[in-house]
Amino acid sequence: MQNLWLIPAFPFIGFLLNGIFGKKLPKAVINLIAVGSVLLSFAWVLKVYMTAGDIGATPVREHYFTWMQSGQFSVGWDFAVDRLTMIMLFVVTGIGSLIHIYATGYMAHEEGYYRFFAYLNLFMFFMLNLVLGANYLILFVGWEGVGLCSYLLIGFYIVKHSATTAGNKAFIVNRIGDFGFSLAMFLIVVNFGTLDFNRVFQAAPGKQTETLTAIALLLLVGATGKSAQIPLYVWLPDAMEGPTPVSALIHAATMVTAGVYMCTRSAVIFTHAPVAMFTVAIIGLATAVFAATIGLLQNDIKKVYAYSTVSQLGYMFLGVGVGAFSAGIWHLVTHAFFKALLFLGAGSVIHACHGEQDMRHMGGLKKYAPWTMGVLICASLAISGFPFTSGYFSKDAILGAAYAYNPAMYWIGVITAGMTAFYVWRAFWMTFTGEYKGHGHPHESGWSMLGPLVVLAFLSIAGGFLFNVPKILDNMFPIAEGGENMTLTYISVAFGLGGIALSYYMYVVNPKLPERLATTFSGLYTLIYNKYFVDEIYDATVVRPVVDGSTTVLWHVMDQGVIDGAVNGVGSEARDIGGVLKLLQSGNIRSYATWVVIGAVVLLLVMGISAMGLAAVNQ
Amino acid sequence: MQDALQLLQNGVPISWYLILSAVLFTLGVAGFLYRRSIITVFMCIELMLNAVNLAFITFSHQHKDVSGNLFAFFVMVVAAAEAAVGLAIILTVFRNRATLNIDEIDSLKN
Repeated sequence: MQNLWLIPAFPFIGFLLNGIFGKKLPKAVINLIAVGSVLLSFAWVLKVYMTAGDIGATPVREHYFTWMQSGQFSVGWDFAVDRLTMIMLFVVTGIGSLIHIYATGYMAHEEGYYRFFAYLNLFMFFMLNLVLGANYLILFVGWEGVGLCSYLLIGFYIVKHSATTAGNKAFIVNRIGDFGFSLAMFLIVVNFGTLDFNRVFQAAPGKQTETLTAIALLLLVGATGKSAQIPLYVWLPDAMEGPTPVSALIHAATMVTAGVYMCTRSAVIFTHAPVAMFTVAIIGLATAVFAATIGLLQNDIKKVYAYSTVSQLGYMFLGVGVGAFSAGIWHLVTHAFFKALLFLGAGSVIHACHGEQDMRHMGGLKKYAPWTMGVLICASLAISGFPFTSGYFSKDAILGAAYAYNPAMYWIGVITAGMTAFYVWRAFWMTFTGEYKGHGHPHESGWSMLGPLVVLAFLSIAGGFLFNVPKILDNMFPIAEGGENMTLTYISVAFGLGGIALSYYMYVVNPKLPERLATTFSGLYTLIYNKYFVDEIYDATVVRPVVDGSTTVLWHVMDQGVIDGAVNGVGSEARDIGGVLKLLQSGNIRSYATWVVIGAVVLLLVMGISAMGLAAVNQ
Repeated sequence: MQDALQLLQNGVPISWYLILSAVLFTLGVAGFLYRRSIITVFMCIELMLNAVNLAFITFSHQHKDVSGNLFAFFVMVVAAAEAAVGLAIILTVFRNRATLNIDEIDSLKN
């Protein structure tokens, strides 16, 4: 017995303590509870890793209780740890711990300090449930829970209107995806009679391809919602309204990768549904390109990284879609390192510039924030796929698999890699070189923030060597033979370096050039600058019709007409009848007495007549 | 002469008692409905109660069943209690309104 339940239990206790008593607790105690609980679960993960033996051959599996039982169908509260889960556990608790530590510095001056950490711990609880669950329903509990926490944390600045609407947007868009996920689970129950991973995956190869395709596509709908893929990616850029540690933890490193994890977990279903696989690859690739082009022109530093996250998630789905599941997970891990670092670094930059997020009002920070610059160089190199950084390995694994699947996908992916390098380094140059254009005096962040940054910087650089995910997952997803093709690697590295060089030329050597290009290609510029007007299109085609339909039909006709009409009608009828009856109440005793007498007489008459009738019948 | 003699021999027939009871009750009802003084109305209520008592006793005698007598006692007790409360109310009403006209005491309306 490994007591796996302790892993999510620690943050949950932290959530309860901080959530209930946090208002009265001093900050030091809140920090201790919040960070300590996550560190404890990290320690417990380590302990499980040390003592569980070869989880690749024999996964740890624990059954706690039967959650629901209906005839043959039953769902247990089961946790299981195999190598895939172990990787996820390390990512979630490890990066989670670092970000918790960082947040104690970043959030130090914010209102609702305890609330923030309570939510963050609750998020950890649900995320760990998600990765530990041994059936789809437990996974779904975590899936919904992290969605809830995401909503709460995006709208953390509750007095800010844009933050609350962004939270709503994230929640509602995710509902669409979750609807698909629910349908997929219903289909699984109907066809397999169980939601348990082991039993579903054992039975899956024997099922019809059409059934599996339907299930896989519906799962994909769920994944596009959670992992911000086309067409449901629109919530993620807005989610940057939340505090920066949230963006790093939830909207870059962990929660948004849940879709990739879920698809990888369901690999058996996907591999037996080639059409679904192809769809995954196409969606991933399209999202990667699409988001990368938008990222080229964003001016808000967090928005740049947000679109970059969407784009990198697209890469992961590309990996899953072309059958390189372990490469997708590898990129998930390395992306968690460098994207968390990018966001936390951005948080440090924003902190340095007194809350400014617009890169046009930054610049010249290399003098003021050398440590932040150093770690951001590491992260930017990693995401650009600079040789031997973590991103280089994982991106290469995906692109290599994409080439084997379809060379066109490789080329699009490589161009996207070039764009990625360009916009990330554009952000870097705009922030750190030139003259400072903001207000006040920028300053370096404290060590509670820089410490986690340094650890993540190390992981971003060396993570590819340290964690060779395809090798770890070899028994689940065998590595394709002869996959190594150095030419492909050279090309993608060349594109990455080209992107860096181009951004250097455009934003450091010749800073007038971007403006000239913008005026030359003003049509294209406007289109991309406004994010292809996707939000506006959704607003016109989906949001407006739903809102208008609700207003006219549901509100005015149904609610006000039918429901209120019925209720008010009953009320006014009762009043009318009462208006007639009230005439009887004269206050005059003798008239009351008359009514009593009349009543008595009528009663006697009725009794007499019925008695006579009865007598007649009896005769 | 013959009838009166028979009466003395056999006692008063049951129906006479019942007729008397009905007449008393009707008088009570009529007084309740037509008189305006609360005191009179109150006395009419007592009259009705006693008419009912008479009917109880009559049937009790006819059926040789003591429960009719019991009911009569109950009614008397209730009537006594009611008289106490009722007279108290009437006194209070008179003190507050300076009238015993039942038509003027109609503030229960609205």
